[in-house]
Amino acid sequence: MTKKELEITANEVRKGIVSAVHSAKAGHPGGSLSAADIFTYLYFEEMNIDPKDPKKADRDRFVLSKGHTAPGLYSVLAERGYFPKEDLLTLRHLGSYLQGHPDMKHIPGVDMSSGSLGQGISAAVGMALSAKLSDDNYRVYTLLGDGEIQEGQVWEACMFAGFRKLDNLVVIVDNNGLQIDGPVDEVCSPYPIGEKFKAFNFHVIELKDGNDMDQIKAAFDEAKTVKGMPVAIVAHTVKGKGVSFMENAVGWHGKAPNDEEYATAMEDLKKVGDALCQK
Amino acid sequence: MSEVKKVATRVSYGEALVELAKEHDNVYVLDADLAAATQTGIFKKVYPERHIDCGIAECNMMGIAAGIATTGKVPFASSFAMFAAGRAFEQVRNSIGYPHLNVKIGATHAGISVGEDGATHQCNEDIALMRTIPGMVVLNPSDDIEAKACVKAAYEHEGPVYMRFGRLAVPVINDNADYKFEIGKGVCLKDGKDVAIIATGLCVSEALEAAKLLEADGVNARVINIHTIKPIDRDIVVKAAKECGKVVTVEEHSVIGGLGSAVCGVLAEECPVKVKKIGVNDVFGESGPAVKLIEKYGLDAKGIYAGVKAFI
Repeated sequence: MTKKELEITANEVRKGIVSAVHSAKAGHPGGSLSAADIFTYLYFEEMNIDPKDPKKADRDRFVLSKGHTAPGLYSVLAERGYFPKEDLLTLRHLGSYLQGHPDMKHIPGVDMSSGSLGQGISAAVGMALSAKLSDDNYRVYTLLGDGEIQEGQVWEACMFAGFRKLDNLVVIVDNNGLQIDGPVDEVCSPYPIGEKFKAFNFHVIELKDGNDMDQIKAAFDEAKTVKGMPVAIVAHTVKGKGVSFMENAVGWHGKAPNDEEYATAMEDLKKVGDALCQK
Repeated sequence: MSEVKKVATRVSYGEALVELAKEHDNVYVLDADLAAATQTGIFKKVYPERHIDCGIAECNMMGIAAGIATTGKVPFASSFAMFAAGRAFEQVRNSIGYPHLNVKIGATHAGISVGEDGATHQCNEDIALMRTIPGMVVLNPSDDIEAKACVKAAYEHEGPVYMRFGRLAVPVINDNADYKFEIGKGVCLKDGKDVAIIATGLCVSEALEAAKLLEADGVNARVINIHTIKPIDRDIVVKAAKECGKVVTVEEHSVIGGLGSAVCGVLAEECPVKVKKIGVNDVFGESGPAVKLIEKYGLDAKGIYAGVKAFI
């Protein structure tokens, strides 16, 4: 895909997120929107996957360790063709397969159930280790929140991945700077993030603007050149990116827009889409 | 009494893993710096490339096992019961149980028979914790032969299995030609009609001895071995209650949430009779030689005998 196509797709993913969370009257738009560009790049450019064969043995794997941003994952999976986009409106509804947090048993394309923070990265490490044990070539990607890395299990997983030199593993930290109780550096600062991963024997890539497709591409391209150690991409993003009133607003971590806010959000995204198409 | 062969079921676990790996190349064993104690060290010697030491990080080990399982390999994640079921409970629940992944958990050093290490390491709560997880099979073998059979059955079962093993060498009681192990099927080891003693794990051999003592007093006790706590064999439990009228459960586990609770749950629904639960009575354990502890907490043959006599 061209950069413009990726940007248009990411904007569609954002519309899916906002629509799904609005329909659910609950959910986590902020961290879904901050990671929308990364989701898009992974599923449309980076990963070896086939929506027609979601369980293909040699596929690349993705684990959404920050599982509460399921709307972002579901929206990109729908956009990529794993299931109908209209199903996004059933998010969190009773009887829907689109559970509040990713459920690998029922959602095509979801490689691991997640939602309890700190656990997804361990499963991703297990997948990467498994590939090494049987000389398989697939790569494993996992996305963590910057608040999530306060969980001790994250560092247990990192110690193991660094020690085992899992160079088929890419850990992405969505560093949008906000968690439920406030800015991460006011709640319990995880900074410096990159240095921590370095200390755990990771190759660290600082992705200065994690909402910029060129920079995202450069980061993942660099990650593929790394041998003998796992990679951590610290992606500096804007929480709520793309929706004016949600950007950098801590209150939009886990709240659904009402009808009026929904209309404003969709108007914001329509403008972005229109501008992109006229480029 | 003649010399009885005794084996700790943790040793059976290590040996059974080797046998299993000979036949199946998708068997992998994980440990958390306790290979020498859980006896997965036996496996490591034979299959070093299929033994993964995760270091002292049980929560991560469970997650790694989950990830490995998604790729079609069959991981056996091993640690002490305290850490496998206790510390890593939520990882087992959310990363293994919820996605129903094919992870086998080998938990050794269960119960007070850990001995000298004392209360911090004596897990009397693991059965209670594990049996609340939907889809989790919970096995608690009574001796060497059953422990080995349980490892094989766990492998053949598709889905998560929790296996409970002990540190203390216990008598081999199942070395007979027609022994067969089936998940969810209790075994009647001795028929009787006055009282049914339903036991699990190392308490099974003690219950058999207790039945002999009762016999001398003219009490004809039935002895049932429940190696599968979940799914429990409802039929054998209900039949025992109907035919014996009184039931005693015996386990090296808290009387809250373990075998006793599982049996009471079945009987309350299907055949209410009086039940006496023998187990660890809502207290922490303590340091001491395992055999002395089993005796002190009333889980040996004499304790069971006394408990049954007082009850009937």
